Amino acid sequence: MPRRLRRSALQCRASSTRSENNPAECSARTSLSFFAGPRKESTDKVLGDTETSFEPQKVRILTDIIRQSAADLAGALASKQISAVEATQAHLDRIAAVDDDVHAFLQVDRDGALAAASEVDRRRAAGESLPTLAGVPIAVKDIATTRGLVTTAGSKMLEGWVPPYDATIVTRLREAGMPILGKTNMDEFAMGSSTEHSAYGPSHNPWDLERIPGGSGGGSSAAVAAFEAPLAIGTDTGGSIRQPAAVTGTVGIKPTYGGVSRYGLVALASSLDQAGPCSRSVLDAALLHEVIGGHDPMDSTSIDAPVPPVVEAARRADVKGMRVGLVKEISGEGFQPGVKARFDESVQLLTELGAEVVEVSCPSFEKGLAAYYLILPSEASSNLARFDAMRYGLRVGPKGIERPSAEQVMAASRDAGFGDEVKRRIILGTYALSSGYYDAYYGQAQKVRTLIARDFNAAFEQADVLVTPTAPTTAFKIGEKIDDPMAMYLNDVATIPANLAGIPGMSIPNGLADEDGLPSGMQFLAPATKDERLYQVGAALEAALNERWGAPILSKAPALAVKESI
Amino acid sequence: MTTTTDAVVGYDDAIARFDPVMGLEVHVELNTATKMFCGCATVFGAEPNTHVCPVCLGLPGALPVVNRTAVESAIRIGLALNCSIADWCRFARKNYFYPDMPKNFQTSQYDEPIAFEGYLDVELDDGSTYRVDIERAHMEEDTGKSLHVGGATGRIQGAEYSLVDFNRAGIPLIEIVTKPLTGAGERAPEVARAYVSALRDLVKALGVSDVRMEQGSMRCDANVSLRAKAGDGGDQNAVPLGTRTETKNVNSLRSVERAIHYEICRHAAVLDSGASILQETRHWHEDTGATTSGRPKSDADDYRYFPEPDLVPVAPAAELVEQLRESLPEPPAKRRKRLQADWGYSDLEMRDVINAGAIDLIEQTVANGATAAGARKWWTGELARRANNEGKALEDFGVTTADIAALDGMVRDGRLNDSMARQVLDGVLAGEGRPTQVADARGLELVQDDGALEAAVDKVIAGNEAVADKVRAGKLNAAGALIGQVMKELKGQADAAKAREMILAKLT
Repeated sequence: MPRRLRRSALQCRASSTRSENNPAECSARTSLSFFAGPRKESTDKVLGDTETSFEPQKVRILTDIIRQSAADLAGALASKQISAVEATQAHLDRIAAVDDDVHAFLQVDRDGALAAASEVDRRRAAGESLPTLAGVPIAVKDIATTRGLVTTAGSKMLEGWVPPYDATIVTRLREAGMPILGKTNMDEFAMGSSTEHSAYGPSHNPWDLERIPGGSGGGSSAAVAAFEAPLAIGTDTGGSIRQPAAVTGTVGIKPTYGGVSRYGLVALASSLDQAGPCSRSVLDAALLHEVIGGHDPMDSTSIDAPVPPVVEAARRADVKGMRVGLVKEISGEGFQPGVKARFDESVQLLTELGAEVVEVSCPSFEKGLAAYYLILPSEASSNLARFDAMRYGLRVGPKGIERPSAEQVMAASRDAGFGDEVKRRIILGTYALSSGYYDAYYGQAQKVRTLIARDFNAAFEQADVLVTPTAPTTAFKIGEKIDDPMAMYLNDVATIPANLAGIPGMSIPNGLADEDGLPSGMQFLAPATKDERLYQVGAALEAALNERWGAPILSKAPALAVKESI
Repeated sequence: MTTTTDAVVGYDDAIARFDPVMGLEVHVELNTATKMFCGCATVFGAEPNTHVCPVCLGLPGALPVVNRTAVESAIRIGLALNCSIADWCRFARKNYFYPDMPKNFQTSQYDEPIAFEGYLDVELDDGSTYRVDIERAHMEEDTGKSLHVGGATGRIQGAEYSLVDFNRAGIPLIEIVTKPLTGAGERAPEVARAYVSALRDLVKALGVSDVRMEQGSMRCDANVSLRAKAGDGGDQNAVPLGTRTETKNVNSLRSVERAIHYEICRHAAVLDSGASILQETRHWHEDTGATTSGRPKSDADDYRYFPEPDLVPVAPAAELVEQLRESLPEPPAKRRKRLQADWGYSDLEMRDVINAGAIDLIEQTVANGATAAGARKWWTGELARRANNEGKALEDFGVTTADIAALDGMVRDGRLNDSMARQVLDGVLAGEGRPTQVADARGLELVQDDGALEAAVDKVIAGNEAVADKVRAGKLNAAGALIGQVMKELKGQADAAKAREMILAKLT
């Protein structure tokens, strides 16, 4: 077996080991109507001098809670213009009004969210100093375990499973006083680019309900785009935060691998998975990134360093003198024309903002997709082995066998509990890891991974950040690619390299494609642990785009039908 | 389940025609406070499923974190086995489905063990040394424990239902694998026993495991194969190895020896019949002294090993390894030689001590003030006998080394004779207190008053003139009867040697 990437090695004295003296813990913890169209007065508020919104005297009375940015909402909460219960109730009402159509949520935790909000209000009334986002509600992808709240990862296998522990990021949300509205829909075990592989039916894109909201984290992006939540948690193994952001006109960040704890995230591919923020603005994402990021002793692969200064970078929003690398191999050739056009414009805009655009080459990227579809299924085949009907989850007795053996129960349960895409990848991964094939498949894929990391290293010698379109197309129709796995896999061609190399990536909306009027996404990539660069350049382009389009891209989305009876 | 008895040939016959080759895999459970990858306590015999958490239950989302103490223990074992220590190595996933394995993969090490290429010199009964080459020692986690209810002999086949206890899941294990052990010939079973015994002593001296084979904290899997003898002048090592069988979980030193002995005889019978050995696991049965067929195990077993992506590589700094090397205790073999010289024991006496497992106890007893000879007499004599009768280990016997040193001192000072000392021991074991307290309370003390002794001697001689005459006539052995009478007079609390001296002085 060849040695692959020598990732940060574990020194026996380093904190990656658990000291016996300090054992890791065993368990972890006014209805408003919706108006479509741009919201004039808050246009620059979203992007510009948001810090002023934390000063009570400058904050206007909020009439439309759900349309506020998380930053503005936090300011209004801090200045007691609204209560956390009001903010949470407004979003619960919005969910009740539109989620029958959008289907962003698998579980809505009305009581839990209101209880958390009420606790924030109590503490604020008592004069306690609270975290910035205290009282700002959030939606969590159903891949993160939530103590006492059903977690299914979009699979029949975990239908009704109530975890006895919180994922570390969930603990951090709770500690930050952020009420959890519920769990969002996703492709089963995060395998997919459309949520069509969810065992509970697809989510719908708020821009066009007949279209997919991206995947696997389509529920989170749809929830944010439909104003059902100001913020959401996603996870990104090959693009599952960024591609949904691109096709829903929202912002999504995959942090540096190890930047956010994976403890409590139902694992797809351990060496690729990374949780991150979904939002409607770059600054909002930064605020959430600071809450969930940082070292976790429960995750050995977590980076033992402070969270990069992302909020500060988002506020700086300045690209003057920054070197922006245009990746020759993913510059939009062969992508949907409208996506390519918006990308070229955005690059031009960056130049106008004072960035220096250089072309870089990453020749190994073309092998990325192939390597990814060996590494991911290999790790997934092993990670998903634990779903055996013995200790939790679905248990099915095999048909026609009176006294089945444990093995027969395992086989029958896995057959009944896993969907086709999951089975497809388990078979692929099992094959790729088999003796005699290991070197040719898994081993070769790891070498490609090394090559891609080298490409990035070379590119970042020439550029501070890299840019590509996030996804090849705008949102496609539900059902369009469901029978063509290869076409579905191609959605991730631009996002996968970042996962393979462990570097951070961001997608922001950069306009609407001419041919279909649907949002397209701009991807930024930065060197590992330099997440702040994404926020700095992302916020700068976001501001320029909002100016060019006259309002945030999302404000162009058509109104959703609102169910009145609440 | 195979119930038919396999054919065997006589051992000497088998050895005369075949050359046995062995490979031993020993699992040692570390005695860390917490499990290998989580903070759960490692306790033997707790209520089932009370020391479990999301990590060792394999709940969705849970992640492992390496126990630093376990890594240090592994390195210490590796160093004590003269192994090289990897400066960089990884854990790997061994994938297979079994209901008592929470994740359906075992986090283990594959081609990058923490320790590799070492040896252990093993002393055999005749004092000669056999070098056991160690291939590797690697870290892994234990599985849960299945309890099959109903059906036969606790096996899964035919069971009504099975219960799983995950308290054991995730307990740190070190697996120590030998290279093929060749050239032992007829002494192969003895070499295996001596190796496992030496390994047990070594690990015990390191203090990293309880190494209790009967509790499963040390388990041995014995691989055996036979190959043809090379014949006169032939190179035995040029003869290819035969097909092996793996006898699982042999849980006593004696069983290791017997199981290998049995397999050699069974293999020979199979080969004699013209059939070939089926590569399989075998189960050892202590009661019948035979193995039965387990499951077929071929080299094609595919565990789909790959590097564990949830853990970062282990890269012990060179300074840490050196620090651990310096912390190693004296090797047991070397220590035994030193102690034997210090104590002045003969080779035979020393072997008795080793066989009784009494070295540590004697060392402590001597440290507490006993003479080496006295300590040996107690631990390999009276105490070994009593422990054996009660089926207990010497160290669990309920008497401290300080007590034995005190008893030895009281005999030496002439306060007690041997029989009284044994009575005092009874009292100590009955919880009546420390030896001096027991002796005081029971009034056990040799008569030190020579006047009382002389009076008793005179009285016995006067009452047994016939016997006294025999002694006077030179039959000194007859004095024994008189001594017995004196002891009786003084209710056993007389110094027999002194009484004999006095009787002979008066009669000769």
